[in-house]
Amino acid sequence: MRLKHVLRPAVIISNLVAWLVALLWLLPFVGLFMTSTRPFEEVVLQGWWSLAGNYTLANYVEVLTDPQYDLATGFKNSFIVALPSTLAPLLIAALAAYAFSRFSFTMRNLLFVTILVIMAIPQQTMVIPLFFLLKSMGLLDQLLGVILIHSSWGIAWITFFMRNYFSMLPRDVEEAARVDGASYATIFFRIILPLSLPALAAAAAIQFTWVWADFFFALIFLYSPENMVITQKVVTIKGQYQIDWGLLSAGSILAMIPPVLVYAALQKYYLRGMAGWVTGKG
Amino acid sequence: MSRVGDSPLSLKIKEHVRAYLFLLPALALLSVFVIYPIAGTISISLRSEEGFTLGNYIAVVTERSPTKALIISENLGGAPPWGALLHNAVWILVHVPATTALGLVLAYMLTHVYGRSVVKSLIFVSMVIPMVVGGLIIRFIFDGQVGVIPRLMGGLGLEDLARTWTAYPETSLASLIIGSIWLWLGFSLTIHSAAVDNIPRSYIEAARIDGASELQIFRYIVVPAVWPATLTVAVMTLLWDLKIFDIVYAATQGGPGGSSTVLAYVMWLYFARALDYGKAAATAVILTILTLVAAAYLVRRSLGVEKR
Repeated sequence: MRLKHVLRPAVIISNLVAWLVALLWLLPFVGLFMTSTRPFEEVVLQGWWSLAGNYTLANYVEVLTDPQYDLATGFKNSFIVALPSTLAPLLIAALAAYAFSRFSFTMRNLLFVTILVIMAIPQQTMVIPLFFLLKSMGLLDQLLGVILIHSSWGIAWITFFMRNYFSMLPRDVEEAARVDGASYATIFFRIILPLSLPALAAAAAIQFTWVWADFFFALIFLYSPENMVITQKVVTIKGQYQIDWGLLSAGSILAMIPPVLVYAALQKYYLRGMAGWVTGKG
Repeated sequence: MSRVGDSPLSLKIKEHVRAYLFLLPALALLSVFVIYPIAGTISISLRSEEGFTLGNYIAVVTERSPTKALIISENLGGAPPWGALLHNAVWILVHVPATTALGLVLAYMLTHVYGRSVVKSLIFVSMVIPMVVGGLIIRFIFDGQVGVIPRLMGGLGLEDLARTWTAYPETSLASLIIGSIWLWLGFSLTIHSAAVDNIPRSYIEAARIDGASELQIFRYIVVPAVWPATLTVAVMTLLWDLKIFDIVYAATQGGPGGSSTVLAYVMWLYFARALDYGKAAATAVILTILTLVAAAYLVRRSLGVEKR
């Protein structure tokens, strides 16, 4: 960049504003972190922005292991729910998306519009009948019940997302494979899926984040302490007489570590997926 | 996957069968765990002891208790509670323009910024965290004891704002709405930034050589070019504001005194606290209808992309 360019007022102002916003946006996380690593009495007296004082992991240990909070169990349950609820709909939706992008069949448009509409439906519209359905299946307050619901719920958006991606893939490889006598199942598993790894990674990252973050389904369908996921556990953290922000901030940070790590690792796919998902360009 | 082979069956029928084999697992799960429950909710909402009625809807809309009311018109001049539906409306009216505009302006500014991908990544982090944690963080930054904002307001001599915002009806809704700008800016910025990157550099360079100011470039080149993205961001944000629940649950529980309650929260109160499934279903259907009206735009656009 040339010096003349660097010194233009628009450039200076843009840099100042953008970095100011970025730091401002980071500030709540810094505050949370500072509060979580100090004894709460110190934070109340000095404010979390003061750097002096004692640093400790006591808050983390307490929320993870104290049976009253037991975030360790919540952590474990969230993983048990989130992993299958990411992988299962990914495969099932990719199969459906392949049909939408390559075959013509009766009710194709009707089914596709149905999927788009499902993407917009609030969770609130499903939970009452689901509550009784899971109850009759013996899956109420069971992680398996929530896994089934998350998997089904994720199918709609992943189908839409993967269909957009498949539509952009060049078809000549598939046609060559057809000529060589490969079945459609072979083509799907051996050619399409490997070619779609970037889109699959994006969908997996976003679906994992959403399932991990889910609170509403969990709140309705899981209620025993040993079956609760981490989002449920973290909102129940309270101090004895008043809100203990030391414990609550430690719990909050623990609850956001897995999705933040997934985001950090798959950032490129994540952001591209987010953009492609809404602009319909995969 | 069964392979039909080259039987004399008409190719057309074979293609249909093949398509439905690929679709089968998705359709099975969607039917049982999504479509059936949606139909069930509509049916429950229309049922009462006397048979099929609109009674649940009338009861929900005319409810007057502050924690469950959808509209409390008599409070409108003063502090909340104004009713859940109006809280959602206020939320949308403030949050949608604020997040959309801020994301749009920042996205263009970022074209000048060093380390722009770092800025984008930092701002996006709040999109990735669970929304209940987002709600807790909102309570944290507005907390009278440890929060930054009340401390700041105290320093400015604004004693009314130097206390826990989420604990007072005058400020609870406002704190949630301001907090939601923090939570969602990353989405608006990411989508807008992708759109700005798609503008051919030559357009902007040419305008600059012709002596256009940055403001003019923004107004006459950038804004029109990214407008479809802006509309998408606005509609998505609106949809989230309609469905908002986690933040409210974690930060205020709809309180104090119903001053920050929203539609989805009222639905949950009817379902989990009052065990009144008819009214809970009616509230959910009202929420769904509002959502679908807004989503119709996105659905039409997705089908438009299809046809092009």
